[in-house]
Amino acid sequence: MIYKGFDGTMDAILLQILNGLDKGSAYALIALGLTLIFGTLGVVNFAHGALFMVGAFCAVTLQKVLTLSKISIDPTKTDFLGNPLKVKTPYVVEWFGEGTGNAIIDWNVPLAILVAIPIMLLVGYIMERGLIKHFYKRPHADQILVTFGLAIVIQELVKANYGANPIPTPAPDQFVGSYNVGALIGLDASYPYWRLIYFFFSISIIGAVFAFLRFTTFGMVVRAGMVDRETVGLLGINIDRRFTIMFGIAAAVAGLAGVMYTPINSPNYHMGMDFLVLSFVVVVVGGMGSLPGAVLAGFLLGILESFASMNEVKGFFEAIYLPSIDQIIIYLVAIIVLLTRPRGLMGKAGVMED
Amino acid sequence: MKSISNADMRTLMFVAIITILAPFIMNPFPTESALAQFNAGYPDLMQRFIIFGILAIGFNILFGLTGYLSFGHAAFLGVGSYAAVWMFKLLGYGILPGLVLSVIVAGIFSLLIGFISLRRSGIYFSILTLAFAQMSFALAYSVLTPLTNGETGLQVYADDPQFLQSATAPNVPHLFGMKMNDTFSLNMGPWDFQFNFGYYICAIFMLIAFYLSIRIFRSPFGMMLRAVKTNQTRLNYTGINTRPYTLAAFVISGMYAGLAGGLMASMDPLAGAERMQWTASGEIVLMTILGGTGTLLGPVMGAGFIKYFENIFSKINETVLHGWFAWMPDGLENAIVWVLHLFTGKGWHLTLGILFMAIVIFLPGGLMEGSNRIANWWKRRKGGDNASDATATPAE
Amino acid sequence: MSNFTRRGLIKSGATVGAGLAMPTLITSPVAAYTNAPTGGSVTLGFNVPQSGPYADEGADELRAYKLAVEHLNGGGDGGMMNTFSSKALKGNGILGKKVEYVTGDTQTKSDAARASAKSMIEKDGAVMITGGSSSGVAIAVQGLCQEAGVIFMAGLTHSNDTTGKDKKANGFRHFFNGYMSGAALAPVLEARYGNDRNAYHLTADYTWGWTQQESIQAATEAKGWNTVNNVLTPLATTDFSSYVAPVLNSGADVLVLNHYGGNMINSLTSAVQFGLRDKVINNKNFEIVVPLYSRLMARGAGENVKGIFGSTNWHWSLTDEGSKAFVKSFGEKYGFPPSQAAHTTYVQTILYADACERSGTFNPCGVAEALEGFKFDGMGNGATEYRAEDHQCFKDVLVVKGKENPTSEFDVLEVVEITPRAQVEYAPDHAMFAGGDLGKCNPGA
Repeated sequence: MIYKGFDGTMDAILLQILNGLDKGSAYALIALGLTLIFGTLGVVNFAHGALFMVGAFCAVTLQKVLTLSKISIDPTKTDFLGNPLKVKTPYVVEWFGEGTGNAIIDWNVPLAILVAIPIMLLVGYIMERGLIKHFYKRPHADQILVTFGLAIVIQELVKANYGANPIPTPAPDQFVGSYNVGALIGLDASYPYWRLIYFFFSISIIGAVFAFLRFTTFGMVVRAGMVDRETVGLLGINIDRRFTIMFGIAAAVAGLAGVMYTPINSPNYHMGMDFLVLSFVVVVVGGMGSLPGAVLAGFLLGILESFASMNEVKGFFEAIYLPSIDQIIIYLVAIIVLLTRPRGLMGKAGVMED
Repeated sequence: MKSISNADMRTLMFVAIITILAPFIMNPFPTESALAQFNAGYPDLMQRFIIFGILAIGFNILFGLTGYLSFGHAAFLGVGSYAAVWMFKLLGYGILPGLVLSVIVAGIFSLLIGFISLRRSGIYFSILTLAFAQMSFALAYSVLTPLTNGETGLQVYADDPQFLQSATAPNVPHLFGMKMNDTFSLNMGPWDFQFNFGYYICAIFMLIAFYLSIRIFRSPFGMMLRAVKTNQTRLNYTGINTRPYTLAAFVISGMYAGLAGGLMASMDPLAGAERMQWTASGEIVLMTILGGTGTLLGPVMGAGFIKYFENIFSKINETVLHGWFAWMPDGLENAIVWVLHLFTGKGWHLTLGILFMAIVIFLPGGLMEGSNRIANWWKRRKGGDNASDATATPAE
Repeated sequence: MSNFTRRGLIKSGATVGAGLAMPTLITSPVAAYTNAPTGGSVTLGFNVPQSGPYADEGADELRAYKLAVEHLNGGGDGGMMNTFSSKALKGNGILGKKVEYVTGDTQTKSDAARASAKSMIEKDGAVMITGGSSSGVAIAVQGLCQEAGVIFMAGLTHSNDTTGKDKKANGFRHFFNGYMSGAALAPVLEARYGNDRNAYHLTADYTWGWTQQESIQAATEAKGWNTVNNVLTPLATTDFSSYVAPVLNSGADVLVLNHYGGNMINSLTSAVQFGLRDKVINNKNFEIVVPLYSRLMARGAGENVKGIFGSTNWHWSLTDEGSKAFVKSFGEKYGFPPSQAAHTTYVQTILYADACERSGTFNPCGVAEALEGFKFDGMGNGATEYRAEDHQCFKDVLVVKGKENPTSEFDVLEVVEITPRAQVEYAPDHAMFAGGDLGKCNPGA
């Protein structure tokens, strides 16, 4: 192994902090949505990972729509069977010309955000009114079963339409490449543009959700409802309606996290399930029902996970007979946190404890 | 047996009869008919029904009685399997040492995990158990490969020591020389029924396990566990320390899972790490809820339901569908096959997901409630005999 | 010896407990081997991943199997049966029996794959099992087939162990392996990147990853390369950023990604995002190598694969007669070119059928004997031999590179070199393959 001295180590540490914040962003956004649903409606939503995936597939679908093509035959070239090659020209390019058309296709992911917001709000609304509503009074076990069933159904429908393989959905060309973040503080550490954007994007979403809950009347009523639903209802406020809207917002948060994630990793139909268990761990480590806890735990676990994959850290743990610490770090931290702080980092007493 | 009520006795007898006659019941369609696709009466699947039944019965002792939802139960199944295969590798193919060790190892493992996890309750407990199981899976798949053979799964090799394996003993798992994969085939006209020795061994263990679970349900200990579910705080205020009770329930259900794992390895001597993954733990939870949490029979029904779909529906491919609907006009045939193939073959998960939702929406008590409703409807039709059907008595 | 039986067969019940003895209504002659076909048809079992991350590869395998069955039964244009050097197959099924098939879902889990294979053997009477898209599953199912007494024709499995320490007399692998990838790639890498290189390995932390890494490290070090580090990554990793970031400062100038499928797509994407390919380290352009390529999967990485070297078992752009015939019949039936998984499974099915014809029986021992040491040509990989010692096929290996200017969505890879068979051959007792025992063929019942 080659060590580059102190400077190299500082660079590496800075990079892993950035990696951690980046991973943490995805965890935090999903966990935030889970906690919103849980805190307002008291429902354990196993379909939340699926919402993340649906968001990502909004971007994929938009890409497909934008690249819908007019097929013309080019007799000078042949395809793999020796027949004349069918040349595809996207309609967008036909209509807007080469330059603008291709730019629109290239900016597919940012455009998908605009598409995803109404779609995800609608999906959330339908899900809550059509299904979740009937499960408020049912045991948590039933909620798990029904939302898990829903997650499978959504997942299989996506698979039937898009196949099982990941589908590349690149970021706009302007954001390809990396930026030397380290130079700002006298180090040398380049970090990909899109990952930086993802981090700042999630910070703003998280900020927006918190501001919405804190500074608007709507948010105040929702927070009051989270504490004591019955009393708020007795005050003549239609709390159910507001909770439905919160469900829509939670779905939109998960969906946007998914849209923005697509250039980082090509989306596939089971990406939601991959995140589901981790985000539950995040929520619980943060403490059930605590929004700041969910965000904090998301970033904390992201950073710890990144550090655990550093060779130096792996080497250290191997020396004390804990090989492959990066395989288990999240679960190990979860156990330690839950044993030292009974309700996670910032959980409230009596929530989901029975 | 005085210690067991008549209703419970009837349930037990009912289960015993069903189990013994399963090779007939599971093969209702003649072998050459188109519907034979739905037959489940072949050894491997029948063994699986039984083994996952044991697993679910054990899980129900913990979840159904105490309400503690373990999301890491598959880990005990996994260590049980590994223990059994290691016995095959070291001692030889006789299944008894393997089964004994798998129950012991799973018991110790669940004691450790339970001791730590039970310091918390509710979802915090669930996540603790999940964390332990996921750690076990990740390590078994990678670093622990010398112990678990990782990705491929632990299996017996020709150069393993097998100290107790005599020259005449069969080279497959056996009980006193009787091989687990011996199968009688009984031809009756167009039907063909398979009687597998391994299946009946599993069945005996399942009946014992079921009997023990009835005893636990009806015992003061079971009553105490139910009290934990109803109001643990009150119990604590009355000066009762509930932890030993919940820990005992946890360890018992862990040992059930270990037994299931040992039997699984005895039927098919290979232990794969995926057995310990969270999806496997989740499947156990689903089986129990699907069948009816806290009922005696429900979890077994849930286990059978899920395994049936996994093994039967995944094999119905387009060719089979075309075979069924060949008598229709071509256009109609293709249309029907196109619709159905979304739900069968590679789409079997979709069917399962839809059924999960349908059952939990329309039958809040799971499959058990379904059979209760049918039983009640039947009774009402026969005219007001309101003696409750033994087979359909939920525990609470 | 095991005793799987199925309908129509009555086992002598001597070993079964008296308490469980069942009345024996009719007896029929004890068959010589498991699932001996009795009627006018023979059943093959196609066990492929239909759910999980490899479902698309499984689907492509299944397409190839259906095509092979069609050709065996005399339908279609005959595909590679026309170019195959052995002319034993007549297009009337196998040994005059119509070929039928059953399908199952391995879920890419060894337990589920074995359950599915068992149901094919016990319920459907399959006399041969084939398929799969990962080595763990292939080895697990191969072991089962050995116990049950049926032939296993492996699908996509690349680990050295399949025909190394886990080889079985009833199992046959047409696909190439990790050692061959290393042996084929190393000379090309040396020619392009020189012999003074520092390689950094990221390796999937399970059996296949390890054997792949071991093979490529040995092959490149023999060419003078230095291995800076080998970092194991958990299978469940989806974001490889924290593994890729340290590469920048490690002093390495080549990154080798011993990953497959989703892992490969994600680690490659991360590596490209971090701008590794734009770096100049030790005065050399930084390079990335993916030892095992799959075209289906490479599509998921989009632009990122351009110019990246790797190896593959077969590619549709090959111009030999066999490949052309196969691409034609597959393309005309399904509308797109076949993948390497489709090719290997098609070939395996034809090879099995041909071996049955030549030996005149479905008996696994007869089939195995016909396959052992069998030399053939015209199946897309040039002159090929099924080596008797370990049941591994030896044939040319393709070194490929991500295409810079693809003309269609299928045109992802281009063949850089066809590495001749002699260069990838190894002794049956090579250290990377040692420790296994082929055992004796098992006809079962």
